[in-house]
Amino acid sequence: MADIVIVGAGPAGIGAAEVLCAEGLKPVLIDEGTRAGGQGYRRPAENLALDMNRLMGSEATKYASLHRRFQALLPRIDYRPGTLVWAIDGNTLHLLRDGRAETLAFDKLLIATGAMDRIAPLPGWTLPGVFTLGGAQAVLKDQGCLIGNRVAFLGSSPLLALAAKQYRDMGAEIAVIADTTPFATKAAATPALLRAPRTLFRGLWYMGASLRAGTEMLHGVTPVAVEGSTHVEALVLRDARGRERRFACDAVALGYGLKPETQLADLAGAAFVYDADFRLFLPRIDGMGRARPGLYLAGDGVRIGGADAAEASGALAAHAILADLGRPQDIEATRALARQVQRLRGFQRGLARAFAWPKAQIAALPDAVTLCRCENVTVGEVRAAMAKELGPVEVNRVKAMTRCGMGRCQGRVCGPALQEIVAAKAGSDAAAGRLRGQAPVKPIALAAAGDSA
Amino acid sequence: MSGRTTDVAIVGGGLIGAWTAFFLARRGQRVTLIEKGVVGAQSSGVNFGNLRLQGRFPGQYPLSLRSQALWEDFDALIGEDCEFEQTGHLYLAYDEEEHARLEGYAKVSESYGLAIERVGPADLRRRWPWLGERAVAATFSARDATANPRLVTPAVARAAARLGVDIRENTRVAAVDRSGDGFTLTLADGATLSCGTLVNSAGAWALEIAERFGETAPVFPAGPPQFVTEPFPYLIGPSVQAIDGSVIFRQIPRGNIILAGYPRTAADAQANRAPVPPLKTLAAMKALARVAPILAQCHVIRVWSGIEAYLPDMIPVIGPSETTPGLFHAFGFCGHGFQIGPGVGLCLSEMILDGATPTPLEPFAIGRFRSATTVSEKFRKEFD
Repeated sequence: MADIVIVGAGPAGIGAAEVLCAEGLKPVLIDEGTRAGGQGYRRPAENLALDMNRLMGSEATKYASLHRRFQALLPRIDYRPGTLVWAIDGNTLHLLRDGRAETLAFDKLLIATGAMDRIAPLPGWTLPGVFTLGGAQAVLKDQGCLIGNRVAFLGSSPLLALAAKQYRDMGAEIAVIADTTPFATKAAATPALLRAPRTLFRGLWYMGASLRAGTEMLHGVTPVAVEGSTHVEALVLRDARGRERRFACDAVALGYGLKPETQLADLAGAAFVYDADFRLFLPRIDGMGRARPGLYLAGDGVRIGGADAAEASGALAAHAILADLGRPQDIEATRALARQVQRLRGFQRGLARAFAWPKAQIAALPDAVTLCRCENVTVGEVRAAMAKELGPVEVNRVKAMTRCGMGRCQGRVCGPALQEIVAAKAGSDAAAGRLRGQAPVKPIALAAAGDSA
Repeated sequence: MSGRTTDVAIVGGGLIGAWTAFFLARRGQRVTLIEKGVVGAQSSGVNFGNLRLQGRFPGQYPLSLRSQALWEDFDALIGEDCEFEQTGHLYLAYDEEEHARLEGYAKVSESYGLAIERVGPADLRRRWPWLGERAVAATFSARDATANPRLVTPAVARAAARLGVDIRENTRVAAVDRSGDGFTLTLADGATLSCGTLVNSAGAWALEIAERFGETAPVFPAGPPQFVTEPFPYLIGPSVQAIDGSVIFRQIPRGNIILAGYPRTAADAQANRAPVPPLKTLAAMKALARVAPILAQCHVIRVWSGIEAYLPDMIPVIGPSETTPGLFHAFGFCGHGFQIGPGVGLCLSEMILDGATPTPLEPFAIGRFRSATTVSEKFRKEFD
């Protein structure tokens, strides 16, 4: 029997495992987290009495159902929680479990590693108290904690209003919801968003809830700075009419939409193409998620589509695996899944246009702003390196010269902003290039290699 | 000769090409440096950054020492900083056989005037308390140093450009032809270039030019598997090497520990790829934790490699072509070219302009590959 390995136990990984199990296969499901669910359907720590129904709101039913289905699946799969895939070499995965390195061979590999926030730096963004929007939600769902008592939400994303509502429901004060995209841009994109009316209305409802709760919601802002001496004290921005506004707060959540976590797909040999809507290099896949023979990509880890698209694309990729193994095909089910994935991802593409990544604001950042916080590299240092004779105009070369993107996070955080700073000089978005992935995908201790005695 | 585009054309903008261009331009030559990608991107830019003098090929010491003097003068010569640090180099032996080899190396180094300090087990632990228990002996050479390879070649190329060198990045050479007593180069974009002297410093891609003029060398591409850890409080000091080659490491002042280790890894010069096999990373991690147990919980954050040119006798080709007057080769530095780079550039400039260099370079003649190739013991040790 073929060894099928799924990396990632969010809705995509679980959706895929269900399809494979239904055909009598027993996939290995690798989860970096300690409990299945991924980021969106994260379960609270054990012994934590958190009202997940209230927290998940309209998604509570789906949340409960996914976890119920996973429990039913558990005896029929080889589930490995707390396991990091740190490298891929040919048909071997290199794992880290309980601090030890081990390997796992595969015939078919499905990568469903999800997404993380895309960060647009601003002056003061490295102050304690500044979180990603996803991070703000994760501490809430995982630990029942808030990132602050009075929180400002800044970025360009429909999730700002959702997270603000979750925070308000849990007792936080909301200083402001500030979106860098002008209202007119969002309104103009609405027709495309009608592809998924339920999601669109949910988004509008969250915005409405914010207004009803009296939270100020601004569109078309230009971020100025996060202020504070040792911790966040205020968010300063210019509103759409150019007036400078200062919002006292003790925490800021930054959300500019999500970017797929593609490092493992890169190490597994996927090809990448530049996507002008998302302004990111994304792995090339066929209609079912095949990236190359034996390699399948699903969920937000390959295309941002949200939880429902993730689950459907996981199931779809599992059908591709079955087809490639020569198993009989359920053509109807496959077609329905493909249509669903296409529709939901199309909606997210519309959102990426509506809630635009503020490329001009990033390209215009002041020199003094920290771009790479792992290596302490400023925007100005990157610009100075590019301005030199024989200076770099490609991201990997800029990284080599300045150390930007070379640290602990391997450019996960600074990468998209670096891309814009370099693109502004290179004169073309795609010409700026793509930060190449390198193992280890996340830092690993020397001791993981084994006893040194 | 008038009518020529340039006096010297250099193919390959690595460390060797850049230094050669610099020294030639300093003496008034018109030089064109042609690089298929960007300067210093391959072995010149991805190597470990060791300016090691201990344990070199004996016939290389005059070149090595001349080169070290240039490194020591880098800032004044080039006008930029390349993170040069005279850290010293510590060579470790783990058994009596290795100890004997260490002693052999030390005697050779000393015969060329290098100061080598022998360090016994007790002193080792007193001076470098983070060392594990097992080392039986060590030698320390204080003049050895390190530099940041990513910064060096672009800096040297910029200095050369200031002296008038025409540097053409992202330019491939499509054909090289003899014309009169000089050469005509046809570039991939169709442009041509004529020169009196041609320097072949194209590294892993150098063979094509050599073979075009009836010469060959069994050059093949490979890469050094390397990694770097997160920053750790600064404590290591010297560049440290186990004599069996399993681990070579140094700590940069900002705290990261950089490691390289044998066996070297396969590289694909055509696809321009040199992936690091994870098993080699693990082996090197284990070896580092053995030499410096204090680092056991230090995290590796990134691995890398790059494409270097190797020869089975583990010494480079440096010198004039034996078939074609006006053609000079300098390639196949076998992972040991960083330290001697400036010296090679200086010697080549002397060979080109004076007809000879005072530095003995006979062992590096390309003609040695006309007869049966010797495979060095180093070769067996550094490859799997």
